[in-house]
Amino acid sequence: MTRHTLSVLVENKAGVLARVSALFSRRAFNIESLAVGPTENPDLSRMTIVVDAESAPLEQVTKQLNKLVEVIKIVELDGAAAVQRELLLVKVRAPLADRTTVLQTAELFRARVVDVNTDTVTLEATGTPDKLQALLAVLAPLGIKEMAQSGTVALGRGPRSMSGAGTLRPVDRTA
Amino acid sequence: MTTTPSESATREAAEALTGVETTARSIAEAAAEPATGITGAQSLVRSLEAVGVEVVFGIPGGAILPAYDPLFDSHVRHVLVRHEQGAGHAATGYAQATGRVGVCMATSGPGATNLVTPLADAYMDSVPLVAITGQVPSRAIGTDAFQEADIRGITMPITKHNFLVTDAAEIPQRIAEAFHLAATGRPGPVLVDIAKDALQATTDFSWPPRMDLPGYKPTTRPHGKQVREAAALIAAARRPVLYVGGGVLKAGATAELAELAELTGAPVVTTLMARGAFPDSHPQNLGMPGMHGNVAAVTALQKADLLVALGARFDDRVTGELSSFAPHAQVVHADIDPAEIGKNRRADVPIVGDAKETIAELVGALRAEHRAGRTSDLSAWWAQLDDWRARYPLGYEWPEDGSLSPQYVIERLGAIAGPDAIYASGVGQHQMWAAQFIRYEKPGTWLNSGGLGTMGYAVPAAMGAKYGRPDTTVWAIDGDGCFQMTNQELATCAIEGIPVKVAVINNGNLGMVRQWQTLFYEGRYSNTKLHPVDAEGRPRPVRIPDFVALAEALGCVGLRCESKDDVDAVIEKAMAITDAPVVIDFVVGADAQVWPMVAAGASNDDILAARDLRPVFGEGQV
Repeated sequence: MTRHTLSVLVENKAGVLARVSALFSRRAFNIESLAVGPTENPDLSRMTIVVDAESAPLEQVTKQLNKLVEVIKIVELDGAAAVQRELLLVKVRAPLADRTTVLQTAELFRARVVDVNTDTVTLEATGTPDKLQALLAVLAPLGIKEMAQSGTVALGRGPRSMSGAGTLRPVDRTA
Repeated sequence: MTTTPSESATREAAEALTGVETTARSIAEAAAEPATGITGAQSLVRSLEAVGVEVVFGIPGGAILPAYDPLFDSHVRHVLVRHEQGAGHAATGYAQATGRVGVCMATSGPGATNLVTPLADAYMDSVPLVAITGQVPSRAIGTDAFQEADIRGITMPITKHNFLVTDAAEIPQRIAEAFHLAATGRPGPVLVDIAKDALQATTDFSWPPRMDLPGYKPTTRPHGKQVREAAALIAAARRPVLYVGGGVLKAGATAELAELAELTGAPVVTTLMARGAFPDSHPQNLGMPGMHGNVAAVTALQKADLLVALGARFDDRVTGELSSFAPHAQVVHADIDPAEIGKNRRADVPIVGDAKETIAELVGALRAEHRAGRTSDLSAWWAQLDDWRARYPLGYEWPEDGSLSPQYVIERLGAIAGPDAIYASGVGQHQMWAAQFIRYEKPGTWLNSGGLGTMGYAVPAAMGAKYGRPDTTVWAIDGDGCFQMTNQELATCAIEGIPVKVAVINNGNLGMVRQWQTLFYEGRYSNTKLHPVDAEGRPRPVRIPDFVALAEALGCVGLRCESKDDVDAVIEKAMAITDAPVVIDFVVGADAQVWPMVAAGASNDDILAARDLRPVFGEGQV
């Protein structure tokens, strides 16, 4: 599977998320993950979209996104030139016998304990999708009660930004 | 004939039509005056006046009702249609015939959802349209209120953009943005949904409002380097084809196209959406490509070494099986919409830009190539093309059962009404025959539903076209299946004084589906017979409906023609009636078929010129 991370600046208006997700559905593009949040500019939101580019050429995905009137700019963030993170909350079975193992695992993955009771421990971890997958693989034999995971959020490395001076090069709108 | 508007009434109506246009312009300046303490509805109507709207097609209802009160006093005319679908297609026909933005209006809920089909139709065919719908009051949105439908959500995938307005102060801005979006870049439909309380609220009006569309920047100027590369390919091509789509008509680029065609000497094919973009009488015009295209046009694309696609989108009805489409050709693809380039077929030279500017720059760049001595000899190519043209001309056979030939009817209609008339067709066999057997010489004379394939398009689209161009003869060419979907708008035409003419090509069947059943389903005619039949499936000698009686009930003149000898006379009789809508019921044979044909999903190489007739292309010669 070929995964691409698109960082999409959109107008901060009602209905934009529906428009973007409807576009992916209508054009049969597959979304791996989608995260939406505010930006430094209150008029803009940033969507970080991880797409499976085997479902359609990435070029076609970005061109169709660019046609949406409320989409301001799209930049592809590739692995080496960007920081990509996901947030994981996971509730693990941790009876006294297993509790040390859970806590050691958390330490190894730099995860934080955010809730404890007699039966379970809830961990908070951030990282790349690969790191979080590795953490879950280690925790699985202990018994995962439930989990919640965010989509990927990402920023390009270096001093440039999508909206400021010295902007990152947008995905070509024209050809 | 029962209720025909008198001649004088129609003349008055016609004078009123021409009067409105001039008045609307003067109002536009008056409307630019700011106003305070007016209602949202008044602000809406002032906005429509200010953008120069001449006519709105629509139906009032609860949520939009506040807007209809100030509209009553406005110089913007309103045509009260009988179904909102008619309003949408009328606005489309108006836009396609005039080049202006068409406007339709409906109330919330069912009024708005009845606009869904024409919006989808306009989206597929890139027609500039603005739809204004009433919405339930903002405090009731989301409560499943009476006549509530989320029309913004419903129309997201079938509009270029849409708005929900809940604040009266936003109305002028949203209307200005809607018209700007609809008309610029790749044109398309825009819907503005306005909550009833916003229409009733007190607000201020000023014009022009500030538009705020930071993400909307259509590229209209083509890239010079790409244009030069394209010109170099054209100058070097041995078997070029100019593949012309509807974008050339949208851009008003027919003069530029003629110049480019003559400069290159290359053959031109005009898609279903581009009929009229290049004169059929021009010797370089090979006609229409695609599923029911001419053998020469289809085969030219298949054998070409260069396709110059201008405002065309490599639709599946043109390409057939994509993997075997034009296998030897390099592709220059010029389009205003970057997403069309590379969507279906990889482009060797992509050019994003307005067709008018792009073609004009191509002409300049090609002249430079010629000055540098780079030209290509196309005489061998033309010898081949002319051979195909001569051996496989468009044609048809008379039905063996002695019934009237539908192709003959359409051919005679085109010959008698001539190239100045506007022809609007429905969808199906009659549409293909109208595309094949009428000679189109001018832009804006062929209106049809190409992308969505909307049965029922013809009558309301003809109504809108006739409204926009009242001095032009407008013919709707419709099938009996299509006609039964939207003929209620003939009542609108009769009452509003919009004298369209309708040729119903009545074969008693859903003809195109029947043709596929004949060819691909062993003649098992499942649910395609529209006429009454007896227990053995034989036609009964009764007409349901009787289209002549129906026409008269709708306030039109109704005529019927069942034999070849009467065809010219009945068309001429209809042409002589200018003060009322006319319907001719042409009773034709049920077994006529549309040929040539490339079966759905098949390769264009497997085109059949007629049933069981596979052309021989002389492979060795190309």
